[in-house]
Amino acid sequence: MVNLGFSIGDLQFKNPVLTASGTFGYGTEFEDFIDISRLGGIIVKGTTLEPREGNPYPRMAETPSGMLNAVGLQNKGMDYFEKSIYPHIKGYGTNVIVNVNGSRMEDYVALAERVSKLKYIPAIELNISCPNVKMGGMAFGTNEDSAREVTRAVRAVYPGKLIVKLSPNVTDIVAFARIAEEEGADSISLINTLLGMAVDAERMRPLLSTVTGGLSGPAVKPVALRMVWQVARAVKIPVIGIGGIMTASDALEFILAGASAIQVGTASFIDPAASVKILEGIEQYMMRKGFSDLKEITGRINNVNN
Amino acid sequence: MAKRIEDLNVIDNRRLTDDIFVIELLCDTELPVLIPGQFVQVKVEGSPETFLRRPISIHDVNYKKNTLSLLIQIAGKGTAVLSQLKPNDGLNLVYPLGNSFTYPEDGEKILLAGGGCGVAPLLFLGRFLRSEGFKPDILLGFRNSKRVIEYERYAELGPVYLTTEDGSMGEKGFITGHSVLSHNRYERIYCCGPEPMMRAVATYSLGKGIECEVSLENLMACGIGVCLCCVTDTVRGHVCTCTEGPVFNVKELKW
Repeated sequence: MVNLGFSIGDLQFKNPVLTASGTFGYGTEFEDFIDISRLGGIIVKGTTLEPREGNPYPRMAETPSGMLNAVGLQNKGMDYFEKSIYPHIKGYGTNVIVNVNGSRMEDYVALAERVSKLKYIPAIELNISCPNVKMGGMAFGTNEDSAREVTRAVRAVYPGKLIVKLSPNVTDIVAFARIAEEEGADSISLINTLLGMAVDAERMRPLLSTVTGGLSGPAVKPVALRMVWQVARAVKIPVIGIGGIMTASDALEFILAGASAIQVGTASFIDPAASVKILEGIEQYMMRKGFSDLKEITGRINNVNN
Repeated sequence: MAKRIEDLNVIDNRRLTDDIFVIELLCDTELPVLIPGQFVQVKVEGSPETFLRRPISIHDVNYKKNTLSLLIQIAGKGTAVLSQLKPNDGLNLVYPLGNSFTYPEDGEKILLAGGGCGVAPLLFLGRFLRSEGFKPDILLGFRNSKRVIEYERYAELGPVYLTTEDGSMGEKGFITGHSVLSHNRYERIYCCGPEPMMRAVATYSLGKGIECEVSLENLMACGIGVCLCCVTDTVRGHVCTCTEGPVFNVKELKW
C-alpha cells in the first residue's frame, strides 16, 4: 500500500489532493461525477460574513491555456453556510476547509471566529489574495504590513489550523510566506490567480466588466511552480501548491518541488472528475516508481545533485 | 437525472449554411432522459485556445436510435473545430445540464419564437409539445432566405411563419413585427435567438401579459454551478445561467 497521507500539525489528510476554493462549490455539485470522500480535502467557495452579489457579467474570458475570472467573491454569506451547508458536512467523509474573505480586517476576524465555533471545520484558508474585489482581498496580500496584521489578528481568534493563501502578484513571494509563518500560520497555500486582462479587438472593449481579472489554468503553472519551490525552501510549515494543475503529472511536479499537497482548481471546470483522476495518477506513479510514502518524493528535486 | 461525463460518437455532421451545422451523436450506453431546454458541455480537443468546454443546447433527441443532435454556428475557434468533426470521431460531453422550458397549461395557445441558430432548442421542444398533444405555432426570423434553416423540420410540428430582414422570404422585418402576432392571441411564448430578439419578444410578451420564457446563452466555464461566471441578473440577484437556467421566465430577468 502507498501512503499518500500528509498532515498540517495534528490534522491528518488521507491524501494530498484538495480542491481549490471557488472551483468546487460546496462539493455536492460534483456528487454525480465522483465520490468526494476520496479527496484529501475540499476548500469550499470563498465566504464572507454578508452575502455578496459579485461583479457584473461578463466575468469570464477564455485565454490561451487558461481563463480570466472576475467573479468578485459572489457567495451567500456565512449565515447561509451555517444553516444550509454545514449540517451536511459531517457526511462528506473528508476535511472541509472554509475559505475566509473580508473587505476589512474586522470582517476576517469576525468570520474566523464564527468558523471556529463549527466543530467539523478543522481549518480555514485565509484568502488575502482575491484580485477581484475593490476592498480587501489582494490589498491585504500584496502589502507586507497588512498581510502581517491580518494574519496576526485572525491567528489570535482562530484556534484551528490556519492556512494563508498567498497572492502571486508581488515581487517577493518568499517575504509574504515568511510573514505568514512568523505570525503563526500552520500552512501556506499558493498561488491565487495572477492579475491579467483581455481585450476584444473587433468590438474595441475589454472582455471583462471589471477590465482586469484573475488568470488561472495551465498558463500560470510555471509561475506557480517556481513560487511554490521558492516558498517550500524558505518555510518549515507545509506548503499547498495551486496553479494550473490539470493532470497527475502536474500535481507531482508541485510535490517534487516541495508542496506537501496540491489543490485542483480550474481543471474541475473542464473535467468534473479531474481531482479523483489526479489522485489515481499520483498513486500509480508512486507504485510504478516503487515509493511507499508521499514524503519520499516531497521536495525531492532539491536532493538531486547536478 | 444524474449528470454524466461521456464520450459519444459522431455519426453525422451536415452543413445547413456556410457557418451552421448539425452534429448527430450516438451514445454507447442508454441516453439519459433529456428535457427540452437542457444543454450539453462539449469538449473541444486539440488547441490551447479552446481550453474550456462549449455549452450547446440540445437540438433533437431520438431515443429509438439512441442519438442526440446539436445545431451549432461557427462563432470562434472552438465551434470551427467542431464543424470539422467526421463520422466515427468521438466527442466528450458533460450532460444533461440546466433546467428546462416549463410545461404549459392544458390547452394553451403556444408560440415557439426563434431566430438564427437560436432556433436550436425549439425543435426538441416542439417535438415534445406535439407528443404531449399541444399544437404550437412557430415563428422564425432570419437575416435572409439563404440563412433559413431546418424549415421542413419545423413544418412537421405546426404552421411556420417566417420573417427575413431583407424580405427575401416570409414577411420583411423582425419576428415581433410579424402579422401572425396580431391575428392570434398567444398565451405562452417560448423564445430562443440572438439577445436583441429575445429582449424584443420579452418586451412584447410583458406588454401583452403573455407568459414568456427565453433560453440564455451566457459565457460559461463549468456548466455545473460552481465557477459563477455565467450569471445573469434577476429579481433574485445574480444567478447561474447553467443551473438556474438556461431557461428563464422574462418576468425574472432584469432586462
